[in-house]
Amino acid sequence: MRGEPRRTDARLSEAIRQAAITGLIAFGVLLPLIGFNTVQNIRNELVLETRWGLLASLVAIITAGRFFYALLAVPWLAKAAAQPESESSSAPFFARLRRWLAPISLCLLVLYPPIALGLAGFQGAVKWIDNFGVQILIYVMLGWGLNIVVGLAGLLDLGYVAFYAVGAYSYALLATNFGLSFWILLPIAGALAALWGILLGFPVLRLRGDYLAIVTLAFGEIIRLVLINWVPVTNGYAGITSIPRPTFFGIPFNATDQGFAARFGLEFSPIYRTIFLYYLILALALVTAAVTVRLRRLPLGRAWEALREDEIACRSLGINTTNTKLTAFAMGGMFAGFAGSFFASRQGFISPESFTFMESAVIVAIVVLGGMGSLIGVAIAAILMIGGTEVMRELDFLKIVFGSDFDPTQYRMLLFGLAMVLIMIFKPRGLITTRKPSVVLHGHPEPRWLERKVRPQAGTPLAQERSG
Amino acid sequence: MTAVAEKGLPAAGPASEHTAPASSAPILRVDHLSMRFGGLTAVNDLSFVAKRGHITALIGPNGAGKTTVFNCITGFYKPTEGRIALQLGAESIWDELDGLTARGMRSIARSGGALFLLERMPDYLVTRTARVARTFQNIRLFPAMTVLENLLVAQHNTLMRASGFSVLGALHAPSYSRAEKSAVDKARYWLAKIDLIARADDLAGELPYGGQRRLEIARAMCTDPVLLCLDEPAAGLNPHESAELAGYLHFISGEHATSILLIEHDMSVVMEISDHIIVLDHGQRIADGTPDMIRNDAKVIAAYLGVEQEQVAVGAMQTP
Repeated sequence: MRGEPRRTDARLSEAIRQAAITGLIAFGVLLPLIGFNTVQNIRNELVLETRWGLLASLVAIITAGRFFYALLAVPWLAKAAAQPESESSSAPFFARLRRWLAPISLCLLVLYPPIALGLAGFQGAVKWIDNFGVQILIYVMLGWGLNIVVGLAGLLDLGYVAFYAVGAYSYALLATNFGLSFWILLPIAGALAALWGILLGFPVLRLRGDYLAIVTLAFGEIIRLVLINWVPVTNGYAGITSIPRPTFFGIPFNATDQGFAARFGLEFSPIYRTIFLYYLILALALVTAAVTVRLRRLPLGRAWEALREDEIACRSLGINTTNTKLTAFAMGGMFAGFAGSFFASRQGFISPESFTFMESAVIVAIVVLGGMGSLIGVAIAAILMIGGTEVMRELDFLKIVFGSDFDPTQYRMLLFGLAMVLIMIFKPRGLITTRKPSVVLHGHPEPRWLERKVRPQAGTPLAQERSG
Repeated sequence: MTAVAEKGLPAAGPASEHTAPASSAPILRVDHLSMRFGGLTAVNDLSFVAKRGHITALIGPNGAGKTTVFNCITGFYKPTEGRIALQLGAESIWDELDGLTARGMRSIARSGGALFLLERMPDYLVTRTARVARTFQNIRLFPAMTVLENLLVAQHNTLMRASGFSVLGALHAPSYSRAEKSAVDKARYWLAKIDLIARADDLAGELPYGGQRRLEIARAMCTDPVLLCLDEPAAGLNPHESAELAGYLHFISGEHATSILLIEHDMSVVMEISDHIIVLDHGQRIADGTPDMIRNDAKVIAAYLGVEQEQVAVGAMQTP
């Protein structure tokens, strides 16, 4: 009993000590950054201002944060770490959740447009289906496509947006110049993007890791610069306008008598096109997922994963690593090409602005945050990152707090960075790190971390089989 | 190991008792092999022969060039000079060796035999068509994949053909299902042999060290090799595991018609299982012969220990 208050005292003094050190560091860092400010006065002279109040409040917040972290959070975390067994009681629940997660989320995705219509009405639902539904699904699809290259084959590709651009421009140029329909151009755009994937693949076959990342980054920039500077074809910065929108298998979404609404006896509304686009990108994304899931269980997918693990060992087993890498680049590029042609037809206008390095970085961040190789993880990361950005647009009440010129979306990159740092600290291998084996011998349906607990001990039939 | 012993195979015993198959034509001929890295000559004019069905050991002090020879044989290095020829099937094909060399082709197949010039082939074809498999000095498994998956990756080329380069496989074609099932059966056979069947669905990286060594050998065997090149398979194993390893190697060369080329520092293993030993020092062959000949070779003893022969007689070169 006497030990308890003494331990609290020790914890309190430790927390004060840590808070004091943190406060000193914060003061040292923030003094030049926050404490002093230069402003121009009316005669264009630089005047040094001091902001002691702001500095003091920031240092106070940081110090207090550290104090409470050391006092409350650290013991709690230590206690949580000391009781790993508590996880096992909730494990069956998570196992059940995992099994039902895919079907349930699929149902939700299919039912999302009617739900949005019901809740927000015809006018309000456009925003929810387009900004949240279609926008997020494009990134889910791009994430799943890049997941083949980065997550499975382990080839860090920082120029993935180049294939997206190839797909978008293929669709835009062929549709505006030759009047081909979306459904013919979709496979063509995919094939062209896959071809560019192979073209990129050849020079980088011998590169891995950082070197590969740099070359692919340069490739992405090259494509963008070509799009900007090849004005006769791409129209440069101005981009390509009036790209044909997708039709409902030949029936356009417009207000004419031949339009979708008139043909089906509905009142005209732009929402039908949005809903159609939603189901289109959902189907494309699901195709990407289905192909990935199937390929992972085939020799090609296993070779990709083996390539990620150890390229030299792959070669020693007779695997042609050149072809294996090129198929990964081609497959990833193809799905980006599909997504790109969808993007062009959805927007009706594309310009090189849409294909900056930032886009590649966001897609890579989605794959890394989600957990390399995990489809569910990538989807969750895309929802968090893209949906989060869209949510930030909605936070108008913050303007009341921070003033009317406050734009929350400008803090998007800051929050991305913060999310990355937090993931790196707490989940260094991504949100979802469990990997389902592509083939099992003993046929446990449970995920791996459960399997370990139910492994037969000596004397069970399995162990007898082994010794026999 | 238990499985091997039950089959009545010679699990242990002096090398002289291990009987090689009657046929002792060469499977691998290395002629005048040289490998230079800039000014450094790692292998210098090395010639040797590995016979079919034999366990041939390549020994020598650190830096003697043993692993370089392996890398040349398995296509990871292109030798500066020399010829590495491997033969499959009918032995009469050896007569074509000089013609093949002169024509500048990679391989020749005629009347049930095939001859490959390994120095002209890229590394993956050495395994795929010439059927030479290898393991590595520092184990190279696929650590984040399961033990079973490791063995299936080794059967990639067979499965890839069966899956119609993924097209038939993606359509769930029955022919692919059968091929995959037989690949799993082969993996199960080897897992039973190396006593890892209970851990088939665990990650390869989670196996203990000895298990990883065994798995790497099993993975190489899943490529159906005619020549298995093992780079220090006993490194880091305890004496019990080393004895087990010797049993596995006897089993592989005896039951699977696979010749073995072996780099090893553990002399107890080398002396016990080898039919033939080649000793390298500074990239050159200094001795070549049966274990008994090598054990008493003055040059070998000098290269290893740099001391008088009398001291060695009671020292490390003796088999236990």
